[in-house]
Amino acid sequence: MDFSELFKLSGLLGRFSPDGKCLASCVQYRLVVRDVNTLQILQLYTCLDQIQYIEWSSDSLFILCAMYKRGIVQVWSLEQPDWHCKIDEGSAGLVASCWSPDGRHILNTTEFHLRITVWSLCTKSVSYIKYPKACQQGIAFTRDGRYMAVAERRDCKDFISIFVCSDWQLLRHFDTETQDLFGIEWAPNGCVLAAWDTCLEYKILLYSLDGRLLSTYRAYEWSLGIKSIAWSPSSQFLAIGSYDEKVRILNHVTWKKITEFEHPATIANKRTIVYKEVEKSPSVATERLSFPPTRALASSLFSTQSKYDVSQVPVSLQYVKPVADRANPKMGIGMLAFSPDNCFLATKNDNIPNAVWIWDIQKLKLFVVLEQLCAIQSFQWDPRQPRLAVCTGNSRVYLWSPAGCVAVQVPVEGDFQIVSLSWRSSGDSMALLSKDNFCVCYLEREEV
Amino acid sequence: MGDWKTITVPVLSSDSKNIFQYTSEKKMSAPSMNSQVLRLPLPSSKNMHSFFSAFCTEENFEQSISYLNRELTTLGFPSIYVESKGKELNLISIINCMNELLVRQHKNLRAQEEVEVQHLKLSSDMDHLQNCYAKLKEQLELSKREIVGLQERDRQLQSKNRNLHQLLKNEKDEVQKLQNIISSRATQYNHDMKRKEREYNKLKERLHQLVMNKKDKKIAMEVLNYVGRADGKRGAWRTDKTEARNEEEMYKVLLSDYEQRQKQLLVENAELKKVLQQMKKEIISLLPPQKQKPKERSEDGPVLSDLEEDIGELNKENMWELSCETVREQLTNSIRKQWRMLKNHVEKLDNQVSRVHSGALNEKDVISREDHELQTEKLELEIQQCKEMIKTQQQLLQQQLMSPCDDDTTLLLQDCYLLEERERLQEEWTLFREQKKNFEKERRSFTEAAIRLGLERKAFEEDRGAWLKQQFLSMSTDYKHSENVTTPSAFLGSSDQDNRLLKSTSQQRKPHCMLSGPVSAEPCQTSQYIIRNSSSAASKKAAGDSKPNQWVESDKEETE
Repeated sequence: MDFSELFKLSGLLGRFSPDGKCLASCVQYRLVVRDVNTLQILQLYTCLDQIQYIEWSSDSLFILCAMYKRGIVQVWSLEQPDWHCKIDEGSAGLVASCWSPDGRHILNTTEFHLRITVWSLCTKSVSYIKYPKACQQGIAFTRDGRYMAVAERRDCKDFISIFVCSDWQLLRHFDTETQDLFGIEWAPNGCVLAAWDTCLEYKILLYSLDGRLLSTYRAYEWSLGIKSIAWSPSSQFLAIGSYDEKVRILNHVTWKKITEFEHPATIANKRTIVYKEVEKSPSVATERLSFPPTRALASSLFSTQSKYDVSQVPVSLQYVKPVADRANPKMGIGMLAFSPDNCFLATKNDNIPNAVWIWDIQKLKLFVVLEQLCAIQSFQWDPRQPRLAVCTGNSRVYLWSPAGCVAVQVPVEGDFQIVSLSWRSSGDSMALLSKDNFCVCYLEREEV
Repeated sequence: MGDWKTITVPVLSSDSKNIFQYTSEKKMSAPSMNSQVLRLPLPSSKNMHSFFSAFCTEENFEQSISYLNRELTTLGFPSIYVESKGKELNLISIINCMNELLVRQHKNLRAQEEVEVQHLKLSSDMDHLQNCYAKLKEQLELSKREIVGLQERDRQLQSKNRNLHQLLKNEKDEVQKLQNIISSRATQYNHDMKRKEREYNKLKERLHQLVMNKKDKKIAMEVLNYVGRADGKRGAWRTDKTEARNEEEMYKVLLSDYEQRQKQLLVENAELKKVLQQMKKEIISLLPPQKQKPKERSEDGPVLSDLEEDIGELNKENMWELSCETVREQLTNSIRKQWRMLKNHVEKLDNQVSRVHSGALNEKDVISREDHELQTEKLELEIQQCKEMIKTQQQLLQQQLMSPCDDDTTLLLQDCYLLEERERLQEEWTLFREQKKNFEKERRSFTEAAIRLGLERKAFEEDRGAWLKQQFLSMSTDYKHSENVTTPSAFLGSSDQDNRLLKSTSQQRKPHCMLSGPVSAEPCQTSQYIIRNSSSAASKKAAGDSKPNQWVESDKEETE
């Protein structure tokens, strides 16, 4: 496992290109494009204002940089560095911006969610989508990039419009039986759209591509409902994480619940493996101590190493009960992710913030629990194999795979608190992002 | 014990009335009075006399006799008078009567004793029964009290139960109430939210109008040059045709997805059906023919025949691979039936096995479950061992096969072999060298010995020659001097040498023994001489160590 040096970063904006050749990062108002293997700067672009959001186009030829304060989106080309494009929303303001799947249209959401403007880079045409819904996931593209679903709200009712991305024609428009639509997500096979309600109501609706309602699922009433959902890569399962600390799995044949995964604070099943991160006391070789101490030595003295120990079941995890009178409480299943081979599901219960739960989908049982010393910031599966990378806000990256798990200290001087990470599409390197810096980690094949 | 009633004797008078009363009483209530009467302790002799004398005195002698006679005759005794009238007493009859009375008295006493004993027994039984009765009464009291206590407890528990039920109901009502409150609040909030949203929408519309009215020239896209489409095609106008095409595309996508899913489901279905069919066949094969028990035959006969028919039907139908409702139901029903039969059969076997264990039956076909399990365990172990052996052998084989192909390993191996050989050779060399040294030593010692021998022989020969010479000279000084000299010298030289060698060898071998040979006359001299010579020979020999070859050669020359 190799680590690059630290580079500057702002806003957690570090993205690999979809083809895996380049890495784009932002430092304030500059966009730096590097080659992934050598980390040499290929291009350097300067934008008009501090960049809040960047996105690669699907063919890796363009990058859009959105500056919400100024309401400007600038698009840069990698092939022709001289090419420039600036989209100014003016007084309409800008709240969100994204690419269309073909990489030639930009969808800008104006302030107050007044409308979504579809700007084309090929033609002079502009399209508008009115009454978009101001929710977390209001726009969803199918994986093959053919269709786009937009959540709308007119007259206090929720609607979903399905557009054909090739010519932006409206295909279907139907209303949903939700109180307050919270999000929509396509299944990976592009034929089913999941739409779920706000957390005050546990309700998830499944629509077919042609707008028919396939099924509704409600687990319970009154208590806080759905917090996060995830489709399995084969579209066979839909995992729903809710505020009652459970994950419910629906199957694609009957759209009924096939199992429930609980996240209790005490793990009693003998078949579950619990990896606990323990700190190793740093061993200092006294012969090699020198005065004045070198920087590397100083940092290694103060940074504690850690390793994984297998804990004996039963294990009780640290449980946090959130304050009852605050909105959006830190409880329930906040993170859900399926592994790319459809064999594992990684979840995080916000009531037990230090643990990652890994479930075996073939057996529908809890497989592994990773207990960390600090709260989990984020985790992501390797796009190619069942390997999970976890970061907890310190300068270590943790990798788990069915063969075992490892805690790796990033050999950097100074403070490096990893808050987010993202894998390269080929699965052999990943970018570790902190508030001010990032570094790239290169993994050998068959690492863990 | 009986009552020892001391009845005071009534007035001790000779009045017969009392006595009659007394005796009549005696007659009337025989059993009760008997005791009383019998319990009468015989008073002292004095009293007895007075008692007995109370009946008959000198005055009423005749009267008492006649009375006695009358009594006796009424009792059936013969009269005590000699004749029916007359005053002479028949002593013999009196004595007989007395004897008879005594016998009767004894009998009565015995009867009385028996009655007493019975009375005792009965009274003890009565006491016992009274005790039992008292105890039972106590127990009854206790149990009654217990029952009362339990009833009380039961009542308390029931009331508690009722209270809890009531509480539960209250809680449920509260929950329902709270739910209603929540729902009413939720509707209220929704209503408020909607109102606020409408206001918000109005504001948005207003803002939108303002934004659009302003005709902000800024809302535009500046681009250096327009980029080609990703797929290279030109943009098309939006028409109905395109709409229709889009619909078509969408339906195609959906249909293809459904078709794929259906295919998967069909495959799964077919597999599951196959599995079920197999299971059915296996279950049928597992079930015994059931010919042993005629009772069950009558029950299962029609069922079996039905099943066979079913099997036949289903086999036919599955060949066509229909999946209609009826076929599915038939299949599942038939499997369920057979599964139930198998279950029953297994239960029967279990019962049989348990009976075997209890030792009632001794069926040979039924192996006890434990033995069966032990055997299966053994077999499994064997199988595992064999598998492991096969694995290891395979690995070894692979290694052997693989090793010649790999260059590095062959070189290494060769090196190893060379090292081995070298080491071996080195060992052999060392051995060889040692042996060589040993041989050298031995050879040296041998040569030394040979040299010594030679020298000694020489000395001996010289001595012999000298001695012979002397002898000869002493015997005939003039005669044959020269001849003797020449021949003996040649002869002597060798003989001398021989002798000397012999002697030296013998000297060497037995240094302390004196030479005992034909020469006895001058052994001392010659021995002395020889000793001297041998010492000189030894010294010569020592000096001659360095030239063993020469000496050997000379020896050889001499022998030849």
